[in-house]
Amino acid sequence: MATAHSKSAARLMIAPAVFVLLVWMLVPLCMTLYFSFADYRPLRGIFEPWVGFDNYARFFDSSAFLGAVGTTLLMVAGILSITIIGGVMMALLLDRPMFGQGIVRILVIAPFFVMPTVSALVWKNMFFNVDNGLFSYFYKYLGLQPYDFLSQAPLFSIVVIVAWQWLPFATLILLTAVQSLDSEQLEASEMDGAPALSRFRFIILPHLSRAITVVILIQTIFLLSIFAEIFVTTNGAFGTRTLTYLVYQRVLESQNVGLGSAGGIVAVILANIIAIFLMRIVGKNLDS
Amino acid sequence: MARAISTKQKLMWTALAWAFGLLMFFPILWTFLTSFKTEATAISDPPVWFFFDWTLENYAVVQERSNYPKALMNSIIISVGSTLLGIVIAVPAAWSMAFVPGKRTKDVLMWMLSTKMLPAVGVLYPLVLLAKWLGVMDSRLLLVVVLMLINLPIIVWMLYTYFKEIPGEILEASRMDGADLRSEILYVLTPMALPGIASTILLNIILAWNEAFWTILLTTVDAAPLTAFIASFSAPEGLFYAKLSAASMMAIAPILVMGWFSQKQLVRGLTFGAVK
Repeated sequence: MATAHSKSAARLMIAPAVFVLLVWMLVPLCMTLYFSFADYRPLRGIFEPWVGFDNYARFFDSSAFLGAVGTTLLMVAGILSITIIGGVMMALLLDRPMFGQGIVRILVIAPFFVMPTVSALVWKNMFFNVDNGLFSYFYKYLGLQPYDFLSQAPLFSIVVIVAWQWLPFATLILLTAVQSLDSEQLEASEMDGAPALSRFRFIILPHLSRAITVVILIQTIFLLSIFAEIFVTTNGAFGTRTLTYLVYQRVLESQNVGLGSAGGIVAVILANIIAIFLMRIVGKNLDS
Repeated sequence: MARAISTKQKLMWTALAWAFGLLMFFPILWTFLTSFKTEATAISDPPVWFFFDWTLENYAVVQERSNYPKALMNSIIISVGSTLLGIVIAVPAAWSMAFVPGKRTKDVLMWMLSTKMLPAVGVLYPLVLLAKWLGVMDSRLLLVVVLMLINLPIIVWMLYTYFKEIPGEILEASRMDGADLRSEILYVLTPMALPGIASTILLNIILAWNEAFWTILLTTVDAAPLTAFIASFSAPEGLFYAKLSAASMMAIAPILVMGWFSQKQLVRGLTFGAVK
């Protein structure tokens, strides 16, 4: 029974959460926006409050920016394709009848709970290292020249590390979707003699399409902010500098706050474009 | 209609699934094994698997490092503290949105979710500046507050979906039976809400424990948690694989166990109810 009294009490109960999130969102974001129109280099004591769109012009002009956007897109696309394709296959596999299903699930999900700095360092040293890494032993065992992953294929190496962390997430969500599939429909199509491939193409894939979309959108939002994995492996060198990393370097390493802030605003806008699509799907589900 | 599946088929799927499961788990298993080796065995050529002299030496060495106990303590305080603070703010909000929904409830929920999508670099410098200005740079308090804020939308959202499942009729029934507000909250609502609150706490401790952007950039020495402690191993120092492995195992073991318990909540918490 919602009375006028309980309604105002309800509003009071929401207030703290709304207030802290509003402050958290508005204050720093407005500051970044303000700095993005200023020439602000604290190490040199330069502060000129208004330079118009100079920072944006310089950010878009620099080859670093285009490179960073390209790297970001490649990295996100690489990780997404591995996790989505791998996730669909893993989810279908885990849905089959088998012994010890619970244990296999636990094994598959485990990487998601490993902290990013640990997984990056373990892969970097114990797998990718050219002298003592496990992959080098494997190459030598096959009589091949050991391959220096992080300096010869740095972007690929980081994609592998991050994909390993996010494949469990995709698998788990897609598995939830697979399990809600109507098994009678599948059995009927099987009795009608539909081959496995067309069962996958016409029944399973359409059923999974929504879950796949959600996985893509959520992962993209998290993947746009990959930081620790780059920080401890290449530190942004060898063409692994993403937009997030470029902004971090401009703001904290070279302390060009104006330029970095312009980059930050660009990152916010890019993330928002993806967020709009995600919110639409979540919002639709809230109605039903 | 359930079909009989031949044992042969089942065995085949079992073998395939276990192979993939072990492949995914292998890096963790290898880290676990290496953490019990001596530094020399850790890089022996060819690699040794199970048959070596197991030693606990690395765990002792890492624990003696001056900053390990502090980093562990910081991780615990920051992840538990930020989660509990978030719960205190989120429970009333989620509660009222679930039981006294207004016209704008949906908009408020969606707006909260949208704050989660703000990329961290967009607010990096202002936050560093504000922290320095307030004199809280490299303090646990700062990280507790920042991690609370980045996870608050997830906490509110998860609690909301749990509270939504509590049937409203049961409240009316208890009122008909003459329960006052206090006993209604204490004996009817709380027992039904507790499992949801517990799962929310569990998942958010995990997320806060593994957060590796703010914890690395806003700390130097005093408040550095395990994420930052491990990052300090990124500069190689002679033979260090076994010690790196031991430190890694200590950083991930408790969370791995908690994570396995919270598998189901993970889907709910990170997809905001978009996949059921």
